[in-house]
Amino acid sequence: MARPRPEPVQVIKQRRDAALNALVQGVPYIRFLGVAFDRRGDELTAIMPYDDKLIGNPLLPALHGGATAAFLEITAIIGLSWGMLWEEIESGAFDPEAIVGGALPRLPKTIDFTVDYLRSGLPRDAYARAQVNRSGRRYASVHVEAWQDNRGRPFAQATGHFLMPRRDG
Amino acid sequence: MSDQKSKIAKQFMEAIPHSRALGMRLTHVSEGRADIEMDYDARFIGDPETGVIHGGAISALMDTCCGAAAMSHPASPGGTATIDLRIDYMRPATPGQMIRAHAECYHITRSVAFVRARATDDDDTLPVATATGTFTVEGK
Repeated sequence: MARPRPEPVQVIKQRRDAALNALVQGVPYIRFLGVAFDRRGDELTAIMPYDDKLIGNPLLPALHGGATAAFLEITAIIGLSWGMLWEEIESGAFDPEAIVGGALPRLPKTIDFTVDYLRSGLPRDAYARAQVNRSGRRYASVHVEAWQDNRGRPFAQATGHFLMPRRDG
Repeated sequence: MSDQKSKIAKQFMEAIPHSRALGMRLTHVSEGRADIEMDYDARFIGDPETGVIHGGAISALMDTCCGAAAMSHPASPGGTATIDLRIDYMRPATPGQMIRAHAECYHITRSVAFVRARATDDDDTLPVATATGTFTVEGK
């Protein structure tokens, strides 16, 4: 059996980026905080560009713990949804045109979220990556790490449990 | 003396840019207890399908409220930072309703404040979320 011709790289990239963009832009709170995602293959890095409204302690100054927690939770939810979506996009079971057209997939719901503040968040851009440690039919466990200047010196980390959206009714 | 500290805490809360951006109002703070409310806002939606507020906005409310409770404790010299905060989400907040958080600093040592909080919407029989956290105890 002949191997099917691979799709042109631009077609694949455009499809993946459009799906990611639709997933992220569909959530108002992600836009409110100004969080964006950088994609390399299936790996996502969340970026929260510095903004004065993210400050919690104006004297230091330092990022608000709530802004950091929200950034970590957004990274976890998008990372988890992306992992779920990725397999469907790549296998052809999922039509990415549907989310680009506005039919967003159901998002996982947070059951609990624990944030560990390792050092104060500096008034500059922050980055985060999520690692899905378990993703079952109903529950998922995700770990997230956020850093600023040095990848090896995270300023916050979190673990959360999520209820997965029901698939196919 | 305690009134003076409450006044300082209130002014400090209003000077927090992130809390101001989320429209938080400190309605009560004294003796290790604090109440903060936050209006429903379409910009804070986390689930576009249902219009439910994002957990991150609830986290910000809980963190601010717990910090205010820790700072207002009689044994606190004034400053604080979050060490750890855990939030349990019991149910989605009803879209359109204001969220109120109440936090209580139930124990404090020379270096750590232990705080718990609950957040409710119009139905205060079942909380939307609960939180437990530890905060540093620092001078100003």
